[in-house]
Amino acid sequence: MTTKEALYKYVLRLGDDSLILGQRLSELCGHGPILEEDIATTNISLDLIGQATLFLEYAGSLSNEFKTNDELAFLRLEKDYLNVLLVEQPNGHFGDTIMRQFLFDAFRLPLLTKLQDSKDNTLSSIAEKALKETKYHLRHSSEWVVRLGDGTEESHHKIQESLNTLYRYSHELFFVDEADVLLQQEAIIPELDDIKSQWSQTIKDVLEMATLSLPTNNWKFEGGRMGRHSEHMGYLLAEMQYMQRTYPNMEW
Amino acid sequence: MTIEKKNWPLWEVFIRGKQGLNHKHVGSLRASDSVMAIKNARDVYTRRAEGISIWVVPSNMISASDPCDEESLFEPSQSKVYRHPTFYDVPDGISHM
Repeated sequence: MTTKEALYKYVLRLGDDSLILGQRLSELCGHGPILEEDIATTNISLDLIGQATLFLEYAGSLSNEFKTNDELAFLRLEKDYLNVLLVEQPNGHFGDTIMRQFLFDAFRLPLLTKLQDSKDNTLSSIAEKALKETKYHLRHSSEWVVRLGDGTEESHHKIQESLNTLYRYSHELFFVDEADVLLQQEAIIPELDDIKSQWSQTIKDVLEMATLSLPTNNWKFEGGRMGRHSEHMGYLLAEMQYMQRTYPNMEW
Repeated sequence: MTIEKKNWPLWEVFIRGKQGLNHKHVGSLRASDSVMAIKNARDVYTRRAEGISIWVVPSNMISASDPCDEESLFEPSQSKVYRHPTFYDVPDGISHM
């Protein structure tokens, strides 16, 4: 595997995480629990889709066939998407949406912080731009985890259930294969040790304030990074890809 | 339960457009406390880069003039055109006057 091939895979993985989570959040447009939150989640969705645009544009330039970001976003088959399983999980109730976001944001913040030092200039400049947005996303999601966890008996119970269900998907955020190792050796992407300990600390601090506790089982689900997705992914793609597949090459 | 009890408290939102300008009232929103009110104001009222600073004030803290007093409060000033600084030439390059 060449550096270029490894970088293509890595950038695609980051781009797909942003794209699929952005798509999930966009489903809430007009369906938020209150007007203010409806706008907040849609803002975050647009931030993520913006990040996906940058990542996929860069990935496209690295691919052998020079694909456009639209082609990458809308015309791949399910097995060619490399996002983690966490981001494709359904919105569920508001606690599920917030918990999924929190687990993701707590990872993205330290990752993007380190990616700013990447030897790859494009990657570092995308990271720099995305970091500002992600700081706000994490603030938003962690405040809500605390409000719901330390809220009423019902909200505490519900978001604890969300944590119990979603935590098993969070391990895949730290997935490493030969592409990652190659890029780490060339100082293009950071090692994950520091990022993992920062992630764990954020999770610990926020859950403590929220009076929530980590599930005691040690279940770990993965597959998305290798293109093996949960049953939810096909439905998501069917909706997301509809326009490009029905009206090929249409532009906004 | 009354409708008031079901809703979060109402907040008035003030945004400073840029350095040197006043905070201006832009609207209102609901939030359970001031932290949430500022966060919501950021999302609802500064999406298109409208501001650099946000104030939120509980709506029930605002005292308002009585519309019935409109005549006595505001009409007397209408005939006093000399209170406007319109008899001066504003030098070039001075904005916000």
